[in-house]
Amino acid sequence: MQLKTFPGGLHPPDNKQWSAHKPIEDCPLPEELIVPLGQHIGAPAVPCVAVGDLVKRGQVIGEAKGFVSVPVHAPTSGEVIAVEDRPHPMGRDLPAVVIRADGEDAWGDLPAPLDIAAATIDELRQRILSCGIVGMGGATFPAHVKLSPPDEKPIDTLILNGVECEPFLTADHRLMLEESERILSGIAVLQKILGVRQTFIGIEANKPDAIELLSRACADLSVEVTPLEVKYPQGAEKQLILACVDREVPSGGLPMDVGVVVQNVGTCAAIADAVLRGIPLIERIATISGPALVEPKNLRVRIGTPLRKLVEVCGGTRVEPAKIIMGGPMMGMTQLSLEVPAIRGTSGLLLFTADQVSTRPEGPCIRCGRCVRACPAHILPTTIAAYARLDLFEEAEAYNALDCIECGCCTYSCPAALPLVQSIRYAKNAILAKRRKV
Amino acid sequence: MIAAVISLGGIGLAAAVALGVAAKKFAVEVDPREAAILEVLSGANCGACGLPGCSAYAKAVVEEGVPANLCSPGGQATIEAIAAIMGVAAEAMVPQVAVVRCQGDNRKAKNKFHYLGLQDCNAAQRIADGPKACPGGCLGLGGCERVCPFGAIEMTADGIAVISRDKCTGCKKCVAACPRNVIAMTPRTATVHVLCNSHDKGAVVRKYCEVGCIGCQICKKTAPGAYLIEDFLARVVYEEEQDAAPGIEKCPTKCIRDFALGYPEGSSFKAAESRPEPEHAA
Repeated sequence: MQLKTFPGGLHPPDNKQWSAHKPIEDCPLPEELIVPLGQHIGAPAVPCVAVGDLVKRGQVIGEAKGFVSVPVHAPTSGEVIAVEDRPHPMGRDLPAVVIRADGEDAWGDLPAPLDIAAATIDELRQRILSCGIVGMGGATFPAHVKLSPPDEKPIDTLILNGVECEPFLTADHRLMLEESERILSGIAVLQKILGVRQTFIGIEANKPDAIELLSRACADLSVEVTPLEVKYPQGAEKQLILACVDREVPSGGLPMDVGVVVQNVGTCAAIADAVLRGIPLIERIATISGPALVEPKNLRVRIGTPLRKLVEVCGGTRVEPAKIIMGGPMMGMTQLSLEVPAIRGTSGLLLFTADQVSTRPEGPCIRCGRCVRACPAHILPTTIAAYARLDLFEEAEAYNALDCIECGCCTYSCPAALPLVQSIRYAKNAILAKRRKV
Repeated sequence: MIAAVISLGGIGLAAAVALGVAAKKFAVEVDPREAAILEVLSGANCGACGLPGCSAYAKAVVEEGVPANLCSPGGQATIEAIAAIMGVAAEAMVPQVAVVRCQGDNRKAKNKFHYLGLQDCNAAQRIADGPKACPGGCLGLGGCERVCPFGAIEMTADGIAVISRDKCTGCKKCVAACPRNVIAMTPRTATVHVLCNSHDKGAVVRKYCEVGCIGCQICKKTAPGAYLIEDFLARVVYEEEQDAAPGIEKCPTKCIRDFALGYPEGSSFKAAESRPEPEHAA
């Protein structure tokens, strides 16, 4: 059978065999947890604890400020030993609350569980906001914002993103296999909030066990499991919508413009915890892998755990890692040190050896067009990058630079090692900055 | 054939007459002084005067009475010429020159990571606040060099911008282009500058740069009144008369420099005796 997919994209070696069969393990608590106040897209949270305060697990330590913002909770019980700027995975120092764990891991007061059938839609949304749920595929967009579409944009379709198209990462795969009941409860909450007619779970065909398990579990529900072609970036929102329901999100538009809301399966499971158990987002599943690591694993990680701890739990490194990436290798962020904490968007931690890191200097563009063929957004990366280099941002905009989803397929496919996605990003930034000014 | 020549010729003639009449009838009055001023301006359209281009400045001088002393590329000669055209007294301009407040090149300052991306300072700055460990240091990728209309900026082999004081006209384009605010405008008469832009504490600066200001206050103690220390960074008080270069030899990290004594080591520029006329765009 022809699997559903989108045009463009490519298939880098996925290396998922390293960790796909490893059951999720709990990562032991570190002595100190560094909880950044900005772990989501939007306004960072405002701290509401001071040095010396004793906090309980699940207690709010940072309050949301603005609509596109979520609160931050204490990942364990202990004493606040600092509220200051600390190194953040973004590469700069940002405000964080540092907690010294007391080892008791005692829960604070949690909100009462909600009954999905009895609760109102506003109550459910409010719960998702107060529990700090953000998109856990890596982009960390506050979930309650996605679940509050304006009235003029009716939503009829919910798509669960279990694609996990980034190489190496297997966290969502393990979640689907081991904790599918959490996902199913989350689907019930999302279906109630959005009032959708149809629900899909998009899963790449390289996870046949997850497809089979969820298909069986969903047999009685109005949820369809959609096997998708193994291709990157199959998990990108717009590409996933095109593959699942054959609707194209217009240029500059959002999924809600075509009546769709997409949520990652991890987000869905976190929503179930928030609604049914009152548990805020204080932990997540992350894949720790890469050739420089002794033993790749899937870990359940408390937010704020220093990356060094995750590496230790996986047996340390075989050789000194030459490159450390938080997230997947295609869109993840390179880390300067292992002292930064795991955050809500940490879907993985990858350690690479020197021979796997490309340090090839860039060459001239040979007009081969590989980037154009690979581009899932159907733009011309080479042309836009050339304009970006000359600071001709109006021309870059005319070539639809803003449609770039920054998946990195162009850079990956470029035989001349041109920094294409970075150039387009640079142009996008300049275009958006100019728009804000005008 | 004849008919074609006559009809085409006739159309041409009629159009020529119509255009001629229209040109006379709808001619825009241009103050002759405006054209004269445009003639003496540098023609670089650099925007140093704060107006979009030389013709806009010429117009503003004539129509709005904007001061005649704003063309820094032109210098004093241009100011006097404009004043003569407008029949006003020439006011002295404080000529400005741009200074790169950093000496931390790739040999003297550390990088946080090896940057391989787009060779542009603004693009590099967007990745984890740039590869240079010092948050205020020159990234050395030449964003300022590319925007300078006068070719006054060069990157040294070790990756730091050096501004030729002879060629710099004070147009400020490089100041706007630098994402780290490394370049500052200073009075041309002042030759002593603190070449550092790091507000970190001395112990932190020592970790990433050999030639950064550590805020030790020795310069301030040696020459009271000539320096200020703000956030662990020394600054020259430009209002004060500067005869010599007080405190320079006492500076433990050699971050105070007197440009009258020449350009930093490793730079491709040499101090020139006199300032040549800036090149005028044809």
